Amino acid sequence: MMEIGLDIATWILLMAGGLLLLITGFGLLRLPDLYTRIHAGGMADTLATFLIFVGLALQSGFSLVTVKLLLVIVFVFFTSPTSSYALAQASFVAGLKPKLGEDDAPQEEPGATERE
Amino acid sequence: MLRTTSLFLVLMAVWLLLSGHYTVLITSFGVASCLFSALIAYRMDVIDRESHPLHLWPRVIVYWGWLLVEIYKANIDVAKCVLFPKKYLRPSLFETKASQKTDLGKVIYANSITLTPGTVTVDLDGDVILVHALTKGGADGIKTGDMDQRVTRLMEES
Repeated sequence: MMEIGLDIATWILLMAGGLLLLITGFGLLRLPDLYTRIHAGGMADTLATFLIFVGLALQSGFSLVTVKLLLVIVFVFFTSPTSSYALAQASFVAGLKPKLGEDDAPQEEPGATERE
Repeated sequence: MLRTTSLFLVLMAVWLLLSGHYTVLITSFGVASCLFSALIAYRMDVIDRESHPLHLWPRVIVYWGWLLVEIYKANIDVAKCVLFPKKYLRPSLFETKASQKTDLGKVIYANSITLTPGTVTVDLDGDVILVHALTKGGADGIKTGDMDQRVTRLMEES
Protein backbone atom coordinates (compact mmCIF):
# COMPACT_ATOMS: atom_id res chain seq x y z
CA MET A 1 0.00 0.00 0.00
CA MET A 2 2.83 2.34 0.97
CA GLU A 3 4.63 1.47 -2.27
CA ILE A 4 1.64 2.34 -4.43
CA GLY A 5 1.18 5.64 -2.60
CA LEU A 6 4.83 6.57 -3.21
CA ASP A 7 4.57 5.56 -6.87
CA ILE A 8 1.46 7.69 -7.38
CA ALA A 9 3.09 10.68 -5.64
CA THR A 10 6.18 10.27 -7.83
CA TRP A 11 4.07 10.07 -10.95
CA ILE A 12 2.18 13.26 -10.08
CA LEU A 13 5.39 15.16 -9.25
CA LEU A 14 7.24 14.01 -12.38
CA MET A 15 4.26 14.76 -14.64
CA ALA A 16 3.83 18.23 -13.13
CA GLY A 17 7.56 18.92 -13.53
CA GLY A 18 7.54 17.65 -17.10
CA LEU A 19 4.52 19.79 -17.93
CA LEU A 20 6.30 22.86 -16.53
CA LEU A 21 9.38 22.08 -18.64
CA LEU A 22 7.14 21.84 -21.69
CA ILE A 23 5.61 25.24 -20.90
CA THR A 24 9.14 26.59 -20.38
CA GLY A 25 10.22 25.45 -23.83
CA PHE A 26 7.04 26.88 -25.30
CA GLY A 27 7.66 30.19 -23.53
CA LEU A 28 11.28 30.38 -24.73
CA LEU A 29 9.99 30.34 -28.31
CA ARG A 30 6.88 32.40 -27.85
CA LEU A 31 7.80 35.39 -25.67
CA PRO A 32 8.91 38.53 -27.54
CA ASP A 33 12.44 39.44 -26.35
CA LEU A 34 15.45 38.27 -24.36
CA TYR A 35 14.34 39.64 -20.98
CA THR A 36 10.92 38.00 -21.09
CA ARG A 37 12.52 34.73 -22.22
CA ILE A 38 14.75 34.75 -19.14
CA HIS A 39 11.55 34.63 -17.08
CA ALA A 40 10.40 31.56 -18.98
CA GLY A 41 13.78 29.90 -18.36
CA GLY A 42 13.35 30.66 -14.66
CA MET A 43 10.51 28.14 -14.48
CA ALA A 44 12.80 25.28 -15.51
CA ASP A 45 15.39 26.38 -12.93
CA THR A 46 13.02 26.53 -9.99
CA LEU A 47 9.73 24.69 -9.66
CA ALA A 48 10.32 22.16 -12.47
CA THR A 49 13.69 21.14 -10.97
CA PHE A 50 12.17 21.02 -7.51
CA LEU A 51 9.21 18.83 -8.52
CA ILE A 52 11.29 16.38 -10.56
CA PHE A 53 14.02 15.95 -7.95
CA VAL A 54 11.55 15.56 -5.06
CA GLY A 55 9.76 12.95 -7.18
CA LEU A 56 13.02 11.09 -7.74
CA ALA A 57 13.93 11.38 -4.05
CA LEU A 58 10.67 9.60 -3.14
CA GLN A 59 11.74 6.65 -5.31
CA SER A 60 15.25 6.34 -3.87
CA GLY A 61 14.09 5.04 -0.49
CA PHE A 62 15.54 6.74 2.56
CA SER A 63 19.25 6.59 1.78
CA LEU A 64 22.28 8.71 0.92
CA VAL A 65 20.92 9.04 -2.62
CA THR A 66 17.94 11.00 -1.20
CA VAL A 67 20.34 13.44 0.45
CA LYS A 68 22.32 13.83 -2.78
CA LEU A 69 19.18 14.53 -4.81
CA LEU A 70 18.03 17.16 -2.30
CA LEU A 71 21.53 18.72 -2.29
CA VAL A 72 21.28 19.11 -6.08
CA ILE A 73 18.10 21.20 -5.55
CA VAL A 74 19.94 23.40 -3.04
CA PHE A 75 22.90 23.96 -5.39
CA VAL A 76 20.65 24.73 -8.38
CA PHE A 77 18.66 27.21 -6.28
CA PHE A 78 21.87 29.00 -5.30
CA THR A 79 23.49 29.10 -8.73
CA SER A 80 20.59 29.64 -11.16
CA PRO A 81 19.72 33.22 -10.06
CA THR A 82 23.40 34.11 -10.42
CA SER A 83 23.48 32.96 -14.04
CA SER A 84 20.12 34.62 -14.82
CA TYR A 85 21.43 37.87 -13.35
CA ALA A 86 24.69 37.60 -15.32
CA LEU A 87 22.69 37.15 -18.54
CA ALA A 88 20.29 40.03 -17.84
CA GLN A 89 23.07 42.35 -16.62
CA ALA A 90 25.30 41.64 -19.63
CA SER A 91 22.45 42.33 -22.07
CA PHE A 92 21.51 45.52 -20.22
CA VAL A 93 25.09 46.84 -20.13
CA ALA A 94 25.49 45.99 -23.81
CA GLY A 95 22.54 48.32 -24.44
CA LEU A 96 19.72 45.94 -25.32
CA LYS A 97 16.46 47.73 -24.54
CA PRO A 98 13.59 45.60 -23.22
CA LYS A 99 10.19 45.84 -24.89
CA LEU A 100 7.87 47.41 -22.37
CA GLY A 101 4.22 47.90 -21.55
CA GLU A 102 2.63 46.44 -24.65
CA ASP A 103 -1.10 46.10 -24.45
CA ASP A 104 -1.06 42.93 -26.48
CA ALA A 105 1.82 40.68 -27.30
CA PRO A 106 2.93 40.83 -30.91
CA GLN A 107 5.57 38.61 -32.52
CA GLU A 108 3.83 35.39 -31.72
CA GLU A 109 3.25 34.41 -35.31
CA PRO A 110 5.08 31.21 -36.21
CA GLY A 111 7.24 33.15 -38.69
CA ALA A 112 8.69 35.34 -35.95
CA THR A 113 9.80 32.46 -33.77
CA GLU A 114 11.25 30.30 -36.50
CA ARG A 115 14.41 32.33 -36.99
CA GLU A 116 15.52 31.89 -33.36
CA MET B 1 37.25 30.18 16.15
CA LEU B 2 33.57 29.37 16.44
CA ARG B 3 33.18 29.90 12.72
CA THR B 4 36.19 27.71 11.90
CA THR B 5 34.78 24.90 14.04
CA SER B 6 31.40 25.28 12.39
CA LEU B 7 33.03 25.25 8.92
CA PHE B 8 34.81 22.00 9.85
CA LEU B 9 31.54 20.44 11.04
CA VAL B 10 29.73 21.49 7.84
CA LEU B 11 32.55 20.08 5.67
CA MET B 12 32.51 16.88 7.70
CA ALA B 13 28.74 16.50 7.38
CA VAL B 14 28.88 17.03 3.61
CA TRP B 15 31.77 14.56 3.32
CA LEU B 16 29.92 11.89 5.32
CA LEU B 17 26.68 12.38 3.35
CA LEU B 18 28.32 12.32 -0.07
CA SER B 19 30.97 9.64 0.41
CA GLY B 20 29.12 6.50 1.52
CA HIS B 21 32.42 4.69 2.23
CA TYR B 22 32.82 4.21 5.95
CA THR B 23 35.94 2.08 6.38
CA VAL B 24 38.43 3.34 8.97
CA LEU B 25 41.08 4.27 6.40
CA ILE B 26 38.77 6.25 4.06
CA THR B 27 36.98 8.00 6.92
CA SER B 28 40.28 9.09 8.46
CA PHE B 29 41.31 10.50 5.08
CA GLY B 30 38.01 12.41 5.07
CA VAL B 31 38.57 13.79 8.57
CA ALA B 32 42.14 14.79 7.67
CA SER B 33 41.12 16.59 4.46
CA CYS B 34 38.27 18.46 6.19
CA LEU B 35 40.60 19.49 9.00
CA PHE B 36 43.21 20.63 6.47
CA SER B 37 40.64 22.64 4.45
CA ALA B 38 39.31 24.35 7.59
CA LEU B 39 42.90 25.14 8.65
CA ILE B 40 43.75 26.67 5.26
CA ALA B 41 40.55 28.76 5.29
CA TYR B 42 41.43 29.94 8.81
CA ARG B 43 45.00 30.85 7.82
CA MET B 44 43.74 32.70 4.71
CA ASP B 45 41.34 34.63 6.95
CA VAL B 46 38.39 34.12 4.60
CA ILE B 47 35.92 32.84 7.21
CA ASP B 48 33.84 35.89 8.06
CA ARG B 49 30.21 36.93 8.36
CA GLU B 50 29.85 37.01 4.58
CA SER B 51 31.40 33.70 3.57
CA HIS B 52 30.03 31.69 6.48
CA PRO B 53 26.84 33.44 7.62
CA LEU B 54 26.28 31.48 10.80
CA HIS B 55 24.22 34.28 12.34
CA LEU B 56 21.36 33.71 9.87
CA TRP B 57 20.45 30.36 11.39
CA PRO B 58 17.77 29.30 12.18
CA ARG B 59 15.71 32.21 10.76
CA VAL B 60 16.90 31.44 7.24
CA ILE B 61 14.90 28.16 7.30
CA VAL B 62 11.66 30.11 7.81
CA TYR B 63 12.68 32.48 5.01
CA TRP B 64 13.43 29.59 2.61
CA GLY B 65 10.02 28.08 3.37
CA TRP B 66 8.32 31.39 2.61
CA LEU B 67 10.44 31.80 -0.55
CA LEU B 68 9.46 28.32 -1.76
CA VAL B 69 5.76 29.24 -1.50
CA GLU B 70 6.45 32.48 -3.40
CA ILE B 71 8.34 30.54 -6.10
CA TYR B 72 5.37 28.20 -6.45
CA LYS B 73 2.91 31.08 -6.88
CA ALA B 74 5.23 32.92 -9.30
CA ASN B 75 5.64 29.79 -11.44
CA ILE B 76 1.87 29.51 -11.85
CA ASP B 77 1.79 33.20 -12.87
CA VAL B 78 4.55 32.81 -15.48
CA ALA B 79 3.01 29.61 -16.85
CA LYS B 80 -0.31 31.44 -17.30
CA CYS B 81 1.52 34.30 -18.98
CA VAL B 82 3.25 31.95 -21.43
CA LEU B 83 -0.01 30.20 -22.30
CA PHE B 84 -2.12 33.38 -22.56
CA PRO B 85 0.32 36.22 -23.41
CA LYS B 86 -2.41 38.49 -24.73
CA LYS B 87 -4.09 38.60 -21.36
CA TYR B 88 -1.14 38.63 -18.92
CA LEU B 89 2.04 39.78 -20.71
CA ARG B 90 2.88 43.29 -19.41
CA PRO B 91 6.69 43.58 -19.28
CA SER B 92 7.96 46.49 -17.19
CA LEU B 93 11.29 47.83 -15.94
CA PHE B 94 11.36 49.73 -12.65
CA GLU B 95 13.62 50.69 -9.78
CA THR B 96 13.10 49.60 -6.20
CA LYS B 97 14.91 50.33 -2.96
CA ALA B 98 16.85 47.69 -0.99
CA SER B 99 16.66 48.57 2.71
CA GLN B 100 19.41 46.12 3.77
CA LYS B 101 22.64 47.64 5.06
CA THR B 102 25.16 44.88 4.35
CA ASP B 103 26.26 43.59 0.95
CA LEU B 104 25.18 40.09 1.93
CA GLY B 105 21.63 41.29 2.63
CA LYS B 106 21.42 43.08 -0.71
CA VAL B 107 22.68 40.00 -2.53
CA ILE B 108 20.13 37.78 -0.77
CA TYR B 109 17.36 40.22 -1.70
CA ALA B 110 18.48 40.60 -5.33
CA ASN B 111 18.94 36.85 -5.75
CA SER B 112 15.52 36.19 -4.19
CA ILE B 113 13.96 38.55 -6.75
CA THR B 114 15.70 36.68 -9.56
CA LEU B 115 14.85 33.26 -8.13
CA THR B 116 11.10 33.95 -8.25
CA PRO B 117 10.20 33.60 -11.93
CA GLY B 118 8.53 36.66 -13.43
CA THR B 119 10.95 39.12 -11.86
CA VAL B 120 14.67 39.44 -12.68
CA THR B 121 17.26 41.75 -11.13
CA VAL B 122 18.93 43.58 -14.00
CA ASP B 123 21.18 45.95 -12.06
CA LEU B 124 22.21 46.57 -8.45
CA ASP B 125 23.79 49.95 -7.74
CA GLY B 126 24.18 51.12 -4.13
CA ASP B 127 20.77 50.45 -2.63
CA VAL B 128 18.81 50.82 -5.88
CA ILE B 129 17.74 47.60 -7.61
CA LEU B 130 16.61 47.67 -11.24
CA VAL B 131 13.97 44.98 -11.76
CA HIS B 132 12.46 43.60 -14.96
CA ALA B 133 9.02 42.09 -14.42
CA LEU B 134 7.02 39.93 -16.80
CA THR B 135 3.50 40.55 -15.51
CA LYS B 136 1.71 43.30 -13.63
CA GLY B 137 1.17 40.96 -10.68
CA GLY B 138 4.89 40.20 -10.43
CA ALA B 139 5.80 43.90 -10.52
CA ASP B 140 3.22 44.75 -7.84
CA GLY B 141 4.51 41.93 -5.65
CA ILE B 142 7.97 43.54 -5.53
CA LYS B 143 6.59 47.08 -5.16
CA THR B 144 4.72 46.19 -1.95
CA GLY B 145 8.15 45.63 -0.34
CA ASP B 146 7.10 42.48 1.50
CA MET B 147 10.16 40.52 0.35
CA ASP B 148 12.41 43.50 1.16
CA GLN B 149 11.05 43.63 4.72
CA ARG B 150 11.50 39.90 5.19
CA VAL B 151 15.14 39.96 4.06
CA THR B 152 15.83 42.95 6.32
CA ARG B 153 14.32 41.10 9.25
CA LEU B 154 16.38 38.02 8.32
CA MET B 155 19.59 40.05 8.34
CA GLU B 156 19.19 41.90 11.62
CA GLU B 157 20.90 40.57 14.74
CA SER B 158 18.97 38.45 17.17
